[in-house]
Amino acid sequence: MTTAEKYVTAAYLVLLAALLVYLVIIALKVARLEQEIVDLTRAAREKLGG
Amino acid sequence: MVGAASGRLGVLLAVVLLPLGVLLGAFWIPEAKGDPSFRIFYLHVPIALTAYACFGYGAWKALRLLWTGERHYDLESYTAIHLGVIFGLLTLFTGSIWAKYTWGIWWSWGERQLVLFLILFLFYSSYFMLRYSTEPGARRERNSAVYALFGVTLIPVSFLAIRIAGTILHPTVFTHEGPQMTWQIFTIFLVSLGGMLALAATLYRVELAGKRVDASLRELRELLA
Repeated sequence: MTTAEKYVTAAYLVLLAALLVYLVIIALKVARLEQEIVDLTRAAREKLGG
Repeated sequence: MVGAASGRLGVLLAVVLLPLGVLLGAFWIPEAKGDPSFRIFYLHVPIALTAYACFGYGAWKALRLLWTGERHYDLESYTAIHLGVIFGLLTLFTGSIWAKYTWGIWWSWGERQLVLFLILFLFYSSYFMLRYSTEPGARRERNSAVYALFGVTLIPVSFLAIRIAGTILHPTVFTHEGPQMTWQIFTIFLVSLGGMLALAATLYRVELAGKRVDASLRELRELLA
């Protein structure tokens, strides 16, 4: 691999790494929201006496 | 229904166009302009233009908020600016990598294009500090909208300053005589730009949906308390 190709690869890897970090953040957020929905559903059932 | 269909179209376009741009850049004309590092152009410039588009879209939503007073525009403006800052950071990273190879330096303070982009990036990075320094509510939404609108004026300033004052190292490929590149390079560039914009649109939808669900859950929690 030439020096230029290394720099090109590095630039594309920056984008890939950013996308992966973004994906991880979104996945963590979805997991948190899912847990919150479960908690709120339980709280609603208790409040309505279900 | 239309929203879901356009969302799927955005995902499809991003998935098809982004790898296609990489493949065309790698195999169709791999050593354009005699510079093997030129392929970064297909990544760096679309990312920079996407950052501008996100800031512009955020400002448009801010204007709509100030014009109509409809509060949902605040979240939309905030999400677009958040994405703009991410794409802005990527522009700075990919640009620095290209500069290191081509100019032998990571950064040049003498380059107006670079410094103006950095000012724009720092301006919008400060948006979050301003936003979270005030309590949630109408005042925060108005302040954020005004700030977002001010920031977008830096985009034409940055374009004009480069064209009026000239440039030392950073090339200007889009002049009033059209794009200064061959049709093959321009085609790959358009494919990459389309892919990047589709990616930004997809991320915007995902992030906005997450923030809306978050807000609804917060409201529900308050109702159940």
